[in-house]
Amino acid sequence: MKNTDISAPDYFHKVVDCQWACPAHTPVPEYIRLIAAGRYGDAYMVNWNSNVFPGILGRTCDRPCEPACRRVRVEKEPVAICRLKRVAADYKEDIRDRLPKPAQKKNGKRIALVGGGPASLTVARDLAPLGYTCVVFDSDPKAGGMIRSQIPKFRLPDAVIDEETGYILGLGVEFVAGKRIDSLKTLLADNFDAVFVGSGAPRGRDLDIPGRKEAAKNIHIGIDWLSSVSFGHVTKIGKRVIVLGGGNTAMDCCRSSRRLGGEDVKVIVRSGFDEMKASPWEKEDAIHEDIPILNYLVPKEFTHENGKLTGVTFEKVKAEKDAKGRRNLVPTGEPDQHVPCDDVLVAVGQENSFPWIERDIGIEFDKWGMPVVDPLTFRSTNPKVFFGGDAAFGPKNIIWAVAHGHEAAVSIDKLCHGEDIAVRPQPTVDVSSQKMGIHEWSYNNEIALDQRYKVPLREKAIALKDIKAEVELGFDPALALSEAGRCLNCDVQTVFTSSLCIECDACVDICPMDCITFTPNGEEADLRTRLTAPAKNPTQSLYVANDLKTGRVMVKDEDVCLHCSLCAERCPTGAWDMKKYLIEMAHAGPACRSRA
Amino acid sequence: MTYLAKPKFHHPELPKNDLGYTHRDYEGTVSTLCAGCGHDSITGAVIQACFELSIEPHRVAKISGIGCSSKTPTYFLGNSHGFNSVHGRMPSVLTGANLANRDLIYLGVSGDGDSASIGLGQFAHSIRRGVNMVYIVENNGVYGLTKGQFSATADRGSKSKRGFINTDNSIDLAAMALQLGATFVARSFSGDKTQLVPIIKAAIEHKGAAFLDVISPCVAFNNHTGSTKSFDYVREHNEAVNRLDFISSRMPIEVKYEPGTVEVVEQHDGSKLALRKLAADYDLNDRTAALGFLQQQAAKGQVVTGLLYMQSDSDDLHSHLATVETPLNALGEKELCPGSAALEKINASLR
Repeated sequence: MKNTDISAPDYFHKVVDCQWACPAHTPVPEYIRLIAAGRYGDAYMVNWNSNVFPGILGRTCDRPCEPACRRVRVEKEPVAICRLKRVAADYKEDIRDRLPKPAQKKNGKRIALVGGGPASLTVARDLAPLGYTCVVFDSDPKAGGMIRSQIPKFRLPDAVIDEETGYILGLGVEFVAGKRIDSLKTLLADNFDAVFVGSGAPRGRDLDIPGRKEAAKNIHIGIDWLSSVSFGHVTKIGKRVIVLGGGNTAMDCCRSSRRLGGEDVKVIVRSGFDEMKASPWEKEDAIHEDIPILNYLVPKEFTHENGKLTGVTFEKVKAEKDAKGRRNLVPTGEPDQHVPCDDVLVAVGQENSFPWIERDIGIEFDKWGMPVVDPLTFRSTNPKVFFGGDAAFGPKNIIWAVAHGHEAAVSIDKLCHGEDIAVRPQPTVDVSSQKMGIHEWSYNNEIALDQRYKVPLREKAIALKDIKAEVELGFDPALALSEAGRCLNCDVQTVFTSSLCIECDACVDICPMDCITFTPNGEEADLRTRLTAPAKNPTQSLYVANDLKTGRVMVKDEDVCLHCSLCAERCPTGAWDMKKYLIEMAHAGPACRSRA
Repeated sequence: MTYLAKPKFHHPELPKNDLGYTHRDYEGTVSTLCAGCGHDSITGAVIQACFELSIEPHRVAKISGIGCSSKTPTYFLGNSHGFNSVHGRMPSVLTGANLANRDLIYLGVSGDGDSASIGLGQFAHSIRRGVNMVYIVENNGVYGLTKGQFSATADRGSKSKRGFINTDNSIDLAAMALQLGATFVARSFSGDKTQLVPIIKAAIEHKGAAFLDVISPCVAFNNHTGSTKSFDYVREHNEAVNRLDFISSRMPIEVKYEPGTVEVVEQHDGSKLALRKLAADYDLNDRTAALGFLQQQAAKGQVVTGLLYMQSDSDDLHSHLATVETPLNALGEKELCPGSAALEKINASLR
């Protein structure tokens, strides 16, 4: 193998698994260290720069970072990254004077943003301080989009949404409340320099089975119902409720039902419990609130009497693999099961819907009715129209919407400066040794063996009485400190200098994870089998350094490195050093443009 | 050195031996020697050898004297017996322990100061008596704890870190061990675990006095140009007579070598050593030739490594003295104190 090019930003970025997995590439270990140091405001700002909504995401994020956390490969549970983010938001000082200021001078460019959700707000946040006039249109009275309308208040209080959307609107962003855009053509005619569509995936999928029409009064579409609950239009539900569907919306529906009079609330899914789309922790939360989840039941018919829903009939199925290894649900042949109920919430998915986009304005749609959007620039086939969030590639998550927003903002900024938007800016990388003394590092390199800490919850009896009472109480500073101590500081990289190495084996002997090997060189597949401990995880890189005196190579398997610095402490010549690689993605602004 | 304990976490794919232990289970506490010390590599090699042999840690007694080297038993086999004795007196403590309990595996760990200066006499007598042990000298040619004076194994003409030239002749402990009748003599290098680990394994399985001279560079005081015990010097002048593959008695020999290049030697316990010969006419079983070869090569400035000599039909002090098979601690009062009638009988036989 050749020498690993550690100067390529992606190499060490990949080693920081959490940051690499985060769509917005939030520097996770950096803010966790700040939380441990009690610098909550600083931790908040690190988050705010990357993901815009730390308080909101700290409660609701889908956490792609956590399954990626190296801790999972070393012990059982990842660091509670998401809930630590909330700590930064909960305990920060007033950070308003650290936010960008509204632009003193406008640059004369006008951007229209359709929908006031996370994607549009991210674009506005990135562009408004640069002097752009950003106009956000939303049919709701307040900004936030699905964050406000679909996430129950017991998971995310309004105050948090108000605060974080307020930071963005405070940048001089114009918010046109209660204005639904009915025609993109008309909007384009208003001579905006660019239009960003962040209108989400607003249509809940229906379930067209017998009885649907007849019992319509007691059958509700999940996301519409959640939105009505959010805005106070719906305040109660029947005692017996069935929620159909296995995603996070279904979990929000069932838990909301429990708070609006539902006593016997069940979630019923077609497939197996393990195949459900809902995040494991959301399933746990539902079960904790005495909501059973029944699986392998396919809804067949809504039963009704005199126009009133009486229940749902289900066909029993099992999962079988066909000849091609595909998983199919086949009837078991057992008699159908009837589950009586008063109300049904249908949460079987949501879809995009663009009736307001004319088909003759240069925006191509694919056969599924989705706009054709470039995944790098987020531009549609109309050079002035950009898409992001759920509107771009279908329902995803807040953190994806934020990531899309940042990229779209870069595109719009480059477009308005007459640049090629396909040329994307590189991230900024800041490298610095963490050595403070002989055995002293600027980070806590002692590995904590602690198991993941649980977030304290409000007492169930109290929580179920009030739909606005937040269930999770969040870590207090002491718990946060303990949980933060579990972070392995994967951004503090082991950096090797061949010319200093005397091949004394000290690093090989001390490495607790047997990551380091000195051996004759070979091809990667061969080397992976010849290391001190076999490197069986091909998704993790081998760090290879040639030019040793004996002609061997140093090979370090990045897979389970604890970043404990013991190799560097044991190295007599300083051939190993621990260097912090802080990688920040380029956002809209002068830095993202070409220097020409 | 580090102040931190090695984290308990280990690689999820770490191999386990027949006892279900990983090599991490054979570690001791974290080393307090200087960063990069060769001794720590020897510690690593001992851990690896004991792990690979599936030795039960409670069956090992580690005995040492005084010095950097003699600190190392703390850093390996944390669940074994240990005795950190007086300077240079490891061999007599080990001999006593061995006579009392012949069932343990004895690792005598010493250094060039401990064995070639203050303990030279003890070293010599334990070897000539054929005590069943592995006697490891972690040899760096320098007094590290007192900041780098030449030790008795420093080569004449080599240079100290402060620039002095050594005018005394050096003691070659491997040559002495050969001359004193050791039945297993090897020399290796801390920077070459692929050579060292099989040698330690073979030495552990050997019955009788097994002597290992392991060159172990002192990174703090003896790793400079002009030293003959530095990483660079040993790597440049290392003349390995053979490469050893240890094959335990339980495993069949799989011959994967070119015919004629491998010599298979059997030890008393049935374990086998496959030797890849590097020096074509080197005879492993010829004590006097080995002595001569060592001295010829030393005169050329070469460091001969590998298994230098082995006597296959070796025996040990217990068989010389015809001692009882059972360790003393396992004998009852009746056997240990047979009474006045038995004494009378012995006395009568001597009259």
